[in-house]
Amino acid sequence: MFGFGKDDTNALTMNQPHPDSLLDTGVQGVISKPLDRVDGPKKVTGTATYAAEYAIENVAHGVLVSATKGHAKIKAIDADAVKAIPGVIDVITDYDTFIRNSQQGGETSAPTQGVRTIDYFGEIIAIVVAESFEVARDAAKQLKVDYEPLDGTFDYEANKGEAEPAPDGLIKGHYDQGDFDKAFENAPVKVDVTYTTPSQNSAAMEPHASIAVWEDGALTLYGAYQMPTSDAQQLAKALGVAQSKVRIISRYIGGGFGSKLGIAPESVAAAIAAKQLGRPVKAVMLRQQVFDATVRRSNTEQRMRLGAEAGGRIVALGHESITSNLPDEDFFEPVGIGTHFLYGGENRRINHDVVRLNWTLSGSMRAPGEAVGMVGMECAMDELAEAIGMDPIALRKVNDPQQDPELKVPYSSRNLTRSLEEGAKHFGWDQRQAPGQRREGDWLIGMGVAAACRSNQLQQSAAKVELHPDGSATVSSAMTDIGTGSYTIMAQIAAEILGLPVEKVTMSLGDTNDPPAAGSGGSWGAASAGSAVYLAAERVRERLAKAMGVKPEDLTLKDGMAIGDNRSVPLAELVGKDGLSAIGEIKPGQQEKQFNQASYGAHFAEVGVNVVTGEVRVRRMLGVFAAGRVLNAKTARSQCLGGMTFGIGTALTEDLIHDPRTGKLVNHDLAEYHVPVNADVPQLEVHFLDERDIHANPIHAKGIGELGISGAAPAVVNAIYNATGVRVREMPVTLDKLLDHLPAL
Amino acid sequence: MHFTINGQSHDIEVDVRTSLLDLCREHLGLTGSKKGCDHGQCGACTMLVNGRRVNSCLTLAVMHQDDEITTIEGLGQPGNLHPLQDAFVRHDGFQCGYCTPGQICSAVGMMDEVKKGWPSHVTEDLGAAELTVEEISERMSGNLCRCAAYPNIVDAIRDVAGLGDRNPNEDVGKEVAA
Repeated sequence: MFGFGKDDTNALTMNQPHPDSLLDTGVQGVISKPLDRVDGPKKVTGTATYAAEYAIENVAHGVLVSATKGHAKIKAIDADAVKAIPGVIDVITDYDTFIRNSQQGGETSAPTQGVRTIDYFGEIIAIVVAESFEVARDAAKQLKVDYEPLDGTFDYEANKGEAEPAPDGLIKGHYDQGDFDKAFENAPVKVDVTYTTPSQNSAAMEPHASIAVWEDGALTLYGAYQMPTSDAQQLAKALGVAQSKVRIISRYIGGGFGSKLGIAPESVAAAIAAKQLGRPVKAVMLRQQVFDATVRRSNTEQRMRLGAEAGGRIVALGHESITSNLPDEDFFEPVGIGTHFLYGGENRRINHDVVRLNWTLSGSMRAPGEAVGMVGMECAMDELAEAIGMDPIALRKVNDPQQDPELKVPYSSRNLTRSLEEGAKHFGWDQRQAPGQRREGDWLIGMGVAAACRSNQLQQSAAKVELHPDGSATVSSAMTDIGTGSYTIMAQIAAEILGLPVEKVTMSLGDTNDPPAAGSGGSWGAASAGSAVYLAAERVRERLAKAMGVKPEDLTLKDGMAIGDNRSVPLAELVGKDGLSAIGEIKPGQQEKQFNQASYGAHFAEVGVNVVTGEVRVRRMLGVFAAGRVLNAKTARSQCLGGMTFGIGTALTEDLIHDPRTGKLVNHDLAEYHVPVNADVPQLEVHFLDERDIHANPIHAKGIGELGISGAAPAVVNAIYNATGVRVREMPVTLDKLLDHLPAL
Repeated sequence: MHFTINGQSHDIEVDVRTSLLDLCREHLGLTGSKKGCDHGQCGACTMLVNGRRVNSCLTLAVMHQDDEITTIEGLGQPGNLHPLQDAFVRHDGFQCGYCTPGQICSAVGMMDEVKKGWPSHVTEDLGAAELTVEEISERMSGNLCRCAAYPNIVDAIRDVAGLGDRNPNEDVGKEVAA
């Protein structure tokens, strides 16, 4: 997949630190600036083209059919009646090839296939194709399916005792260090509490959608996918065709948050239908199908045991979680992923158990692990601080380790304490009072704090940079922009290194015909794809230097001019009639083993809790983040706003409810699954610390999209405690959980 | 049937089940209005019908004989942006962009409602609605944004209303020395 024989490739494997960066020596002055998004005008005018919006000649409309049993075998599908409806073209299923569930992100194999046996309520079993959406929808509703019911496992509470150790994956299923039991038993101060978080849904605003077009045995799929490079591999495997025969186009994606990392059922259904019918088929998931049949964040039950000395130093750290997933799925919600390195403590137990349920697939949703794991960790820290009688910030500072407490390797950069201190100063933390003390009319007011951390990952990624004879440039890559700002920051990196105004850089993303890329996930996109652009532009710059007859370090590029050797020459004169082009390719290497790489931050929240109703309102929220170089201050801030708001949702509103009799999601739409609305979110404040990570990549940037969610929810929950003196350990903190415990009126 | 969309007159036949949203997206090539839920829950499909904002997924096309409809495409185009479109770009009032056309159409309708003095749930003086942060947040809460550009959306609207280019983060673009 990687490796381009005929193209000039500048490849780098991060085996060594990369202390010098052309982004520090560039003089164009566009990197890090809060520039408007380059794709902004298209998005605000409705001219950006999302997956379902390509005007394809002769396209037929497909509506997916959902199973109405939680666990069953399909005996028969009686399609005759609906096939007779005028306008219906066909009812198509393929019991072996349709996918049971979405694939996890980054996998190169097909997801679990086969739908004759239904493993969860809402599994996609067929597609009805018609000349219009209205006809297809009507027919899909009328389709008769005969099931043979099977006993299923639908009730988490009744079955959690059957949970088994999670298989080792991104992190170990079970991890023990030192003698946790003894250290906890002997600790002078102990906290032993259990927090729970419910299933959640990414609820990206654009439903999953695919238009499948076959031509000469090759498939082009216009899809809403975060990682087209691996998605095309998954799709090829699922369909049993060569990878070279599958092209995915995802120019604009209406949000993903993990739900579009891997291929979803509509892609395979549309592709099979289009092939059978010999005409293009469009399949857009209904919103309810997005909830039922893509991916959820697992519910979690987290037993936190913290044992500390009287001065606050942690001696025993236990974080044991139970989560849920379908049978035969390796993924587990890595609840303790941040716990492994956030705080010190010699004796540690970080365990993950999984109970197998006939529930919608559990997979990655924004910051898998930290987003909910930090609820347990950071609320328990708040409880420990109180048990000791210590300020929660002081407690965290005492436990800020000098090196990774498990791997015993240094941190590549770590500004947790600094984030907490900066945040405290900006937020006015010194105004915080004892729990339940501050009241304004009917409102109890409180402040909370929590740390943020997110592991940094570099993924193999490539990009092409072309400098054209007219002095403009094009950057192309199978990278995506799911709202993160990839279009803009990749243009800024190229513009900074090539000395061009950003307007002179044309971006082409989201097409697997372009160099393969990491895609958007795990907060690795900007650093991985951005480094690929860096390397490609570096090679183009070297060739410009050669054309100028100077060494690269003696060349200055600015505003389309090459300056060196006391000459100033327009780029157009140096590139020749064919232009210059190069591929950049980045790969992770030893640096990620020799250093613990992560980004850090601190969240502060002030809430009001109504003493009459128990209603919680977030009044203020502030985050300080240290994530290496900020590539665009405006889009980076927006990423943090989004993460913090997801945190508000986790703390207060989001609760995906499974019927314990069938596993059916009873609130599978945007009216009943409550994502925060405008009125739930105050004017959030975001600060970045100036930081460079020379061990991470040549652009010295780290992931930011998931840092903002990590720790955001516990800051709100801790503020609720400070306001009321009431600990609610079951997310979300809805008013019914507070009401009985509030002071008398 | 006959109606006008973005100043252009249309005479077409349409399935009685076709929503105004699907009419635009699937029949007229106007894909700027988005389908997020098809149940009037998210606001991504918001259009202006005779100047008032509606969820176009919840209204059938056949109900709009002789109506004047404005979609995002009718407000402005790249290079010729409506002031709200321009303000959304400058304030980063979106990320993925999928809810954005609905947000902007909704904002146009909302500002007109305030101008007419229509109160909302949070209006203290029922006769004098103003575009405060609280009023804007309340009135824009029918438009979900999962990327959560809400603070920036409020800022963009206030900017267009001439209420100042308020930004709570004085140091946006400036990093704090570590």
